[in-house]
Amino acid sequence: MILSSIKKIDIRATLIYWMFAVIFLLFALLLHDDGFLQSNNLLNIFRQTATITVMAVAMTFVISAAEIDLSIGGVAGLASVVGAIMLRDHGLIQGILGGLAIGFVVGSLNGLLVAYVGIPSFLVTLGMQGVAIGFAALVTNYYPIPILNDTFNAIFGSGTIGWFPGLLLWSFTAVLIGWIMLTKTTFGRRVLATGGNRDAAEFNGINTKNVKFKVMLISSVVASIAGLLYAGRLQTGRYEWGAGDELSAIAAVILGGTSLFGGSGRIIGTFFGALLVGLINNGLILAGLPVSQQQIVRGLIIILAVALAKKK
Amino acid sequence: MSSNFNIVEMIDISKSFFGVKVLDSVSFGVTSGEIHALAGENGAGKSTLMKILQGVYTLDSGEIQIAGEKVSIHSFQDARKYGIGMVFQEFSLVPELSVAQNIFLDREHKNKLRFFDEKETIRKSKLVMEDLGLDIDVTAKVSTLGRAFQQLTEIAKAIAGDAKILILDEPTASLAKEEVDALFKVLKQLTARGVSIVYISHRMDEIYRICDRITILRDGKKIVVSLLSEISPKEIIAHITGRKDVEMLTHEGKSIARSSTPIFEASGIQVGNRVNNVTFKLYPGEILGLAGLMGSGRTELVRAIFGLDKKDGGALKIDGKDVVIKNPREAIAHGFALIPEDRRRQGLVMEHSVKQNILATNLSSLSHLNFLSFSKINRVVRDSITDFEVRPPEANREVRLLSGGNQQKVVIAKWMATNPKIVLMDEPTVGVDIGTKVEIMKLVRAIAAEGKSVILISSELPELLGVCDRILVIRKGKIAEELDRKDVKDEDHLQMIVQGIKV
Repeated sequence: MILSSIKKIDIRATLIYWMFAVIFLLFALLLHDDGFLQSNNLLNIFRQTATITVMAVAMTFVISAAEIDLSIGGVAGLASVVGAIMLRDHGLIQGILGGLAIGFVVGSLNGLLVAYVGIPSFLVTLGMQGVAIGFAALVTNYYPIPILNDTFNAIFGSGTIGWFPGLLLWSFTAVLIGWIMLTKTTFGRRVLATGGNRDAAEFNGINTKNVKFKVMLISSVVASIAGLLYAGRLQTGRYEWGAGDELSAIAAVILGGTSLFGGSGRIIGTFFGALLVGLINNGLILAGLPVSQQQIVRGLIIILAVALAKKK
Repeated sequence: MSSNFNIVEMIDISKSFFGVKVLDSVSFGVTSGEIHALAGENGAGKSTLMKILQGVYTLDSGEIQIAGEKVSIHSFQDARKYGIGMVFQEFSLVPELSVAQNIFLDREHKNKLRFFDEKETIRKSKLVMEDLGLDIDVTAKVSTLGRAFQQLTEIAKAIAGDAKILILDEPTASLAKEEVDALFKVLKQLTARGVSIVYISHRMDEIYRICDRITILRDGKKIVVSLLSEISPKEIIAHITGRKDVEMLTHEGKSIARSSTPIFEASGIQVGNRVNNVTFKLYPGEILGLAGLMGSGRTELVRAIFGLDKKDGGALKIDGKDVVIKNPREAIAHGFALIPEDRRRQGLVMEHSVKQNILATNLSSLSHLNFLSFSKINRVVRDSITDFEVRPPEANREVRLLSGGNQQKVVIAKWMATNPKIVLMDEPTVGVDIGTKVEIMKLVRAIAAEGKSVILISSELPELLGVCDRILVIRKGKIAEELDRKDVKDEDHLQMIVQGIKV
């Protein structure tokens, strides 16, 4: 019994890479004629996945600390809208800072309520999701806010460094910083210890409230960056940007081998988890499925994959 | 023993994990109506053997017979079908349900409309309790009961499920003396009705008190089966440890300079009504024992000192200077370390490696500008593992795979790496095998020999007598007696004082 569970954990550690390879090959064969393997399409997958990747890296910390953040999609939407309005009315720097401020405010609120008031993060962030989306719709009256600032659009969206797409750089940077923070810093260890056994962490002198506050804050701030990335790539701020991304981000984290129960985290796994989610989205679009069918197939694939990656 | 008929017969049981033989042709038999002690160090194979009987693990080879019939047990359900009941160490009761509802959980009585028939459930539960000679209100919520009554409820649940064979794993670990008496009375009553009991315990006095026979395992092999009337405690210990000369804990008199400034002073500590105006001093290199019954307030006292619980009054001094400790971080900064009572829940992250656990208390000393320094970490972890003889000596092994004794060594090691001045230990040897107990007590001595001071809570009086320089007896949250070690004659003497009987 122990033997089989150990084997299971080993499989879990590498499962994401196998799934990624299998689905990639499958699409390469089935969708070859639809241009799946063209370098342009492959780069597109990376570009479209950038927002999910960035949010999923932060979500890895949240889940490792045995919490959850369902508000990130809403925060991204609100940040895109506020960023776009500030940009239009006040300028580039104000636009960026305005977007980030949304992350700071919502993240502080989430953190305060979860860590210090003690409300389950699932409830706090579910409520906050509605608040954020509602606010974004309210201030724009449901209209998209176009962004005409080329510098902004280049930094957060279509810009390239040589041939290298800027969005990819955002992804890689997030993954690198996340990986260093989780594996090389004291903060990473505190997050894992808190998520693994909060009582023991508290006995060890770890300020677990502070840890929980910080992961919630980081998650929201990163979600606001993702909102700016949406705004830059699509050259508009809109309340709908990021809608439903919390599910994709959570799926990416769990697919990547992070335990849903806290105490373990894998950033590289998360990266591939996010790519897999993007891959599936892309494949389904190329296959020409209507949106309704895409949603069904995507939902089922994610459930299946998470079931496979589930901790025994 | 009512007969020589073996109700359970486990024959030549072998089991390996990762190619390591955990059980090597072990045979184990229990006759009907006997209480059979199963003894051995942690890792000797006791729990694996019992888990095979309960269907948690499947045997590699060998045979199980119940009442003479060969059976195969693959699940709890199978085990239950054959009348095997387990009284779990971590209780399997639902706290928010009543005693009666727990007893018939998953076997609820239903009325004609297929709704739960609460009245019938309560009536049947009362019968079960009466049968066991227990006076427990079956309508009370389990969460409102004390540990002992929860345990008795657990037993009642197994009996109501028609268990013929009960397995009890360290059932008295957290019970007070009178609670133990109540438990033993019930066990005796059960054997009179032909129920057989496998009794796993590290406590020699209990084994002699209620068991008929003993089977001793060591390193996955059966060493001996004997009637307890035919074996001496010394022989049992020798069989368990496999060492010929058993080191008993003997006190080494040493003198503590009590004229110097105390390293630590507590005055008038108050925590609700659990800790009442406690005042004491602790000197450098001193080992101060806290003796008392379960619930006397010892744990609450050290928790309050360490800043885990709020103090309602009192003052602390370190090296003669006033200090305020509001949380564990401040306690650690002032040089405290706490080895907590429940290492699984409070001491360790069970799914994390030895290395990660040792790291957890030492993050700031093992990092530079918040970045972990892996060369330092590896050195400290390696040293800890060698110094504290953690076995197996593998830094990356998950601690849940270590034996209880080795888990405790990891907890001690990670605190010692913080280089504390004052070490608080709360029942450091609970659930630890005899060999490791002695090792841990030697560690306590070694810590004091370095000039550090220790406050040691233990319910095992021989341990207190073996290492302490001074013993405070705590009763109802107050210091009832302060005893110099040399004024305590022996264990019986200390026991009388702890129990509050005039000597």
